[in-house]
Amino acid sequence: MTASFKSPAEPKLNNLDLAPSSEPGISGDLLEVAMGPHHPSTHGVFRMDIVLDGERVIRLKPVFGYLHRNHEKIAENITYIASMPYTDRLDYICSLTNNWAYALAVEKLVGLEVPERAEYLRIILGELTRFQNHASTIGFLIQEMGASGTPLMYAFREREKILDLFESLTGSRMMCNYMRFGGCRVDPSAEWLDQVRKVVAGLPAFTDEIDRLLTSNEILMARTQGIGILPPDLAVNAGITGPMLRASGVNYDIRKIDSYGIYNRFTFRVPLGERGDVYDRYMIRLLEMRESIRILEQALKNVPGGPIVDPKSKIRGFRPKPGEAYGRIEAPKGELGFYLISDGGPNPYRYRVRPPSLVNLTILEDMCLGAAVADVVIIFGSVDIVLGEVDR
Amino acid sequence: MAVDQDLKIELGKQGVFITTLQELYNWGRRNSVWPMQFGLACCAIEMIATTMARYDLARFGAEVFRPSPRQADMMIISGTVTKKMAPQVVRLYNQMAEPRYVIAMGACAISGGPFKQGYNVLKGIDRYIPVDVHIPGCPPRPEALLQAFITLQKKIDAQPLTGPGRPRFLDAAAQGEFPVPVPGEHDLEPAFNQGVWPLPVLQPGKKD
Repeated sequence: MTASFKSPAEPKLNNLDLAPSSEPGISGDLLEVAMGPHHPSTHGVFRMDIVLDGERVIRLKPVFGYLHRNHEKIAENITYIASMPYTDRLDYICSLTNNWAYALAVEKLVGLEVPERAEYLRIILGELTRFQNHASTIGFLIQEMGASGTPLMYAFREREKILDLFESLTGSRMMCNYMRFGGCRVDPSAEWLDQVRKVVAGLPAFTDEIDRLLTSNEILMARTQGIGILPPDLAVNAGITGPMLRASGVNYDIRKIDSYGIYNRFTFRVPLGERGDVYDRYMIRLLEMRESIRILEQALKNVPGGPIVDPKSKIRGFRPKPGEAYGRIEAPKGELGFYLISDGGPNPYRYRVRPPSLVNLTILEDMCLGAAVADVVIIFGSVDIVLGEVDR
Repeated sequence: MAVDQDLKIELGKQGVFITTLQELYNWGRRNSVWPMQFGLACCAIEMIATTMARYDLARFGAEVFRPSPRQADMMIISGTVTKKMAPQVVRLYNQMAEPRYVIAMGACAISGGPFKQGYNVLKGIDRYIPVDVHIPGCPPRPEALLQAFITLQKKIDAQPLTGPGRPRFLDAAAQGEFPVPVPGEHDLEPAFNQGVWPLPVLQPGKKD
């Protein structure tokens, strides 16, 4: 006997149980708008199919896949170390934290120890990456509110200083390809560390400047407060991580929970939001930038000498024993994890990325329902995604 | 007909400005190339960095990023073009008004770059639309994008208004609309546009 499967009837737009229209007495047709894939505010190529009742959003369907670059499939067909440059291109604003997460997963798989100096370097580079990511995110968010230029220019001015440090150490501004399994690639000079100290000494002035410019700005407050509220229970159920989750008031920071690397040696606070609206998400990023500066100052005080790569680590003939490992870090956007299965060969049998951007984007509709179409843009901006990581 | 440069400078000192129509016309065209606000992937971040204060694209008259293809003169293909995105890119290009230019920024836009072996990645946007300047790099530095702008300006400057080599919009016989590819059974169809991308020909007698 064959079970008859009845597909649920396609809901008709006119039969939807709608909340009363914003203008009572006026009935109109619903409007379907495709925002993207080419839209000035979408961070890359992403489409939102929005159904509008007047100005209000009553349905939102995200459409992914315009930047699907076969990252995982390529990685299953090349050696472990050859995937390292590809991880740069996942979340292309923060290449170093992607490197770190991947290196961590492989180190778990084969059991490599990371020398002290390399751990310090990873922390320094990771926190610099977090700082420049949050600075750019705030800049882009304000840009999307219509403040064309100024905050983004300030953010990029600071970002360029950090990118110069990356470039002088790794040879590339954005695609650093710096971490190796069991350490880092090149040993930084004492002059480079002095340069970092000089740049870090200038960062508090930047956060203060952004704070003065934006935090109590009337327009910013009017546009962001009470918009795009994400309740904490929904955030936990949906698997949201990173600043998005903490803005909703959930104390979950993998740096504290896993204390991967040597994060347990540093004192820093985890800022938490109260309401989980766009303003809280902006504020969390600003406060996290300040905490990053604190970690950087502590880490730069005593960078130990010694090797930067585990002597057991090898590049040629690298064949991990059969097994599996999941390595995760607190990337600037949330939990970035790499899940690897080895069958003993030179290539991973399965290579899976747990991208924070994609998971954080899944609740976009819940945050946008009932909001005006102009607010969708800033709610979307406050999620902080990078399409390279969403579509991979 | 070119004007003698020394004579021109001498006359300029005396307050007389002479030029040819072609020179004036190309001067205007090359100094107000408005790019389309259109980012695809990693290279888009470097494109944004180029417009910021440090590199300052405004020096070349190209700081006004227009979100609408109708108002834009130039398209910077900044990043990987996937097979899902390629039809939209060609459609956006078709919607732009002449004169229009294309800069293929980065290895992916030129040839697919590091993702070339992927099943979903287009192996170069020049298969579908004519590209004026290619910039290699992954991603190219902002200086490289500025170099591409300068190259494009030189290219515009050298174009005659009549005869062979004139820009496409002054040539009634030139192709204006380019076919938009559609997803086919195995690949985009057509796999490339005739006339834009000549199929590489193997030369049996020639040895590398």
